[in-house]
Amino acid sequence: MQTINALFYVFSAVLLFASFRVITARSPVYAALYLVLAFFSAACVWILLQAEFLAISLVLVYVGAVMVLFLFVVMMLDVDTNALREGFWKHFPVAFLVGVLIVLEMALVLMPGFDVRSAPVADAAAVKLGNTKLLGIEIYSKYLYPLQIAAVLLLVAIIAAIALTLRRRKDSKYTDPSQQVKATKADRVRLIKMAPTIEVPAQAEPAAAAAGEKK
Amino acid sequence: MITTVGLGHYLSLGAVLFALSVIGIFLNRKNLIVLLMCIELMLLAVNLNFVAFSHYLPVVADKMAGQVFVFFILTVAAAESAIGLAILVVLFRNRSTINVDELDTLKG
Repeated sequence: MQTINALFYVFSAVLLFASFRVITARSPVYAALYLVLAFFSAACVWILLQAEFLAISLVLVYVGAVMVLFLFVVMMLDVDTNALREGFWKHFPVAFLVGVLIVLEMALVLMPGFDVRSAPVADAAAVKLGNTKLLGIEIYSKYLYPLQIAAVLLLVAIIAAIALTLRRRKDSKYTDPSQQVKATKADRVRLIKMAPTIEVPAQAEPAAAAAGEKK
Repeated sequence: MITTVGLGHYLSLGAVLFALSVIGIFLNRKNLIVLLMCIELMLLAVNLNFVAFSHYLPVVADKMAGQVFVFFILTVAAAESAIGLAILVVLFRNRSTINVDELDTLKG
């Protein structure tokens, strides 16, 4: 029990330090890496709360996909970050005050109001099944419809992200059958009226050549 | 020696995380990327609340309801950050800036 309490304080300290460095880091790459550390510490806190599947999926999905995406974008965009930090210390007093107020008010309400020290002990059958299986039973039986909607949501997100950022190659050539079918005779054939060319008869040429030689 | 950690401690941790991300939005109001990161921190704080409640005060009829909800919040947050970053990339392609102050062509 003592170990769990001590571990909670250790993981919370790392989590809070990492979050603080996210918002105050000078370079967005550092901020992204500190956010990765924050997610890892949060996953450790969730394992203390016996939510093992969610902790691992936080690491896999959030750190492995979302933060990697953030790092791609941060490294791809060539941004002058010093210009973006103007007014940082100007807004710091108000921001700090608002933050401290939020924390004090919430702690005043939450600490005495939700003073539950002992979690309900899980029965033996639940412990044998494990957290993942219990979660799976709920998702696939009672919450199946929301699960399918979440899957469609992810599909829409993929299509939207690709459609937004797609760039077509300038040198790719391809036929478009719908344009081919729409072609009319007027597009393809044009009749032009021209005056006819009249041919000079062929006997005049040898006479002109003989006259040239005699001279 | 150390007091037993209860539900209030986990909820206060979530509250401090949320307040930190609000401060972060105040301070980094010009940098779009850090704003998106602060939104992810906010979602993390909320998820922590749900998991803590699912552990300490599970509903009798539906013991895993908090964790199921966190599962769906993770899904939505991943989708939202993917689309947000795609918008950011296209914005940078067209305007060459991610400074919020310079995104003012849509007046009125």
